[in-house]
Amino acid sequence: MTNETDEAPLSTTAERQIVVGAAGQTPGKDWVIVTRGLKREYDMGGEIVRALRGVNLAVRRNEYVAIMGPSGSGKSTLMNLIGCLDTPNEGEYWLNGQLVSSMKDDDLARVRNKEIGFVFQTFNLLPRASALHNVELPLVYAGISSAERKERAFEALKSVKLGDRVHHRPNELSGGQRQRVAIARALVNRPSILLADEPTGNLDSATSEEIMNVFESLADTGQTVIMVTHEPDIAAHARRVVVLRDGLIASDDRRERFAAKMGGGH
Amino acid sequence: MPFFEAVRLALATIRVQKLKSFFTALGVCIGVMFLIAVVSIVDGMGRYMEEDLVGKLIAVNSFELRHRPNINIGDVDDATWREYARRGRILESDVQPVVDALPAGTRWSMYSEASLMVESQYSRPRRAQITAVGGEYFEIKRLDVTAGRLFTPGEISQGSSVVVIGPDLMKRLFPTVDALGRQVKIGGKFYTVVGIGESQGSAFGMSFDNYVYAPFRSPVHRLLNAQSNAIDAVVVQTEAAEALVEAQESVRAVMRGRHQLRPSQKDDFSLQTADTALEFWNKIRGYLVLAGVALPAFGLVVGAIVIMNIMLVAVAERTHEIGIRKALGAKRRDIMIQFLIEASTLSTFGAALGIAAGAGLALLIREVSPMPTYVAPWSIGVGVLIGAGVGILSGVYPASRASLLDPVVALRQE
Repeated sequence: MTNETDEAPLSTTAERQIVVGAAGQTPGKDWVIVTRGLKREYDMGGEIVRALRGVNLAVRRNEYVAIMGPSGSGKSTLMNLIGCLDTPNEGEYWLNGQLVSSMKDDDLARVRNKEIGFVFQTFNLLPRASALHNVELPLVYAGISSAERKERAFEALKSVKLGDRVHHRPNELSGGQRQRVAIARALVNRPSILLADEPTGNLDSATSEEIMNVFESLADTGQTVIMVTHEPDIAAHARRVVVLRDGLIASDDRRERFAAKMGGGH
Repeated sequence: MPFFEAVRLALATIRVQKLKSFFTALGVCIGVMFLIAVVSIVDGMGRYMEEDLVGKLIAVNSFELRHRPNINIGDVDDATWREYARRGRILESDVQPVVDALPAGTRWSMYSEASLMVESQYSRPRRAQITAVGGEYFEIKRLDVTAGRLFTPGEISQGSSVVVIGPDLMKRLFPTVDALGRQVKIGGKFYTVVGIGESQGSAFGMSFDNYVYAPFRSPVHRLLNAQSNAIDAVVVQTEAAEALVEAQESVRAVMRGRHQLRPSQKDDFSLQTADTALEFWNKIRGYLVLAGVALPAFGLVVGAIVIMNIMLVAVAERTHEIGIRKALGAKRRDIMIQFLIEASTLSTFGAALGIAAGAGLALLIREVSPMPTYVAPWSIGVGVLIGAGVGILSGVYPASRASLLDPVVALRQE
């Protein structure tokens, strides 16, 4: 862990050239995410909005990265691309050694199921299903048998200290508990990356701190975590902070440098 | 998504939205209900026609030579009636030549019948169906006695004054005493009761058990036909169904010869089989089944449209849920199947209600009217299949819309 945080962030080093390499070449196996010249444009009623204008980003396995930026910087677009919910107009995206940028719908669904655990700002739990069933869902789509699903979902809920809340519905749980259910759901299929989109956006500061602690300990156990946020305080929890501005990476710093830049840090 | 998971989910949705689900499935329910009811009525009448009515009047693998058909189900036009009225009767003298033409092993019996008054000293006179029969009549009709005996060959050939009476008639004529060995009076002459025949049941509330059988040559014969040398019919029964047509053709040839018909002339007698009697019924049944299927079909189309609309609403309402499921790895197929199964579960639920209601209606009709309805097991199977089929058809469009949703757009929708 220390090893990683001591390294200079990739987008600013010469090493990036080696990692990213030539287009079409498979990145090394240590790199869970490698993007090359990622572009995404939207047609908003005739007007072309260039949300991403060529993003090169490489994330090593076990890293804890925050992607920051003001609204309109393209961070949501980047999150959708990293999360395989959307595909770029141009550029390559390698996730865990697979070129996902040119995949079709159903292959993307399979990759999302296997490689990515989502944690959303609004939790996105199914309101009519119990905590257990919500956590089971990714395993349902992975085609895992009911008995094993129940067992693994229960284990995942226990790991976020909700072993006594498995049969509660989301509306019977507090915000922090809901987000922990979402984290359990994100982790239940053992994804390559945990992808969180403003995970504390709907939580008070005490609960936010609690969720950040969960992320911290996950990162400590070697889980790759990528968190999209517009709050510097939250971003400062990550060990590497990538700042987007106008669809491009504006800075890519280790936590300490980012904190110094922000003026004193947290 | 596994099949049972999807069914469970769909049932949960129905449970949560009971009233909405009921109204959604109402169209299918009514369609299936009428389908089951109409099919039950048609089927019940068909069975009744084939097994009871015609089966009792005409035995298996048999035909009857008559001067005109005695079972006319449906319309017979005036010209046909006039032609029937001009026909000459079948004569006793026709019987031997006809019988000679039949293949060996064929059973036959001549008979005449009429409805006459019968008396006993224990009761007032009763009306009964009197039939004078030949030797093999009981075998052909598969009729046996429950007490006493059938006629002996001697009684048949001598025309003894003995009778076999039906159970209902027995109860009426001999309410308090054993009928066997006692006498009944028909047309002023006495006959000894030697046997009590089996029950032949009833149809449309009419008992078939008010019967009297006597040997053909017994004195009763003279009461049955004004023309003394005429008979009502010769019934012919072949061993196997395949031989029936051949036997008919032999009889036809003999009778045409005896009536000196030219090849251009039509038969002036009839060879009546169960099939010819059922022909008209089969025609009617075709129309009934058509109507019975076409009318509920409209209900089902309306039901399908309702389900499709409700499913489109469900897809719109649950866009966010679809987004979540897609984000967690649901493929197009998974979403498609989920909504298809939901639509067909809803529709099968309606069909199940319809089957219950339709079967109930059929039973009710059987109880309160003389219509002999019969709920065929296959119609229940068809009802379930229709339910599932309508659901799948009406679910295809909404389900494919759901499956094609862009996950990013779907997740954004609240």
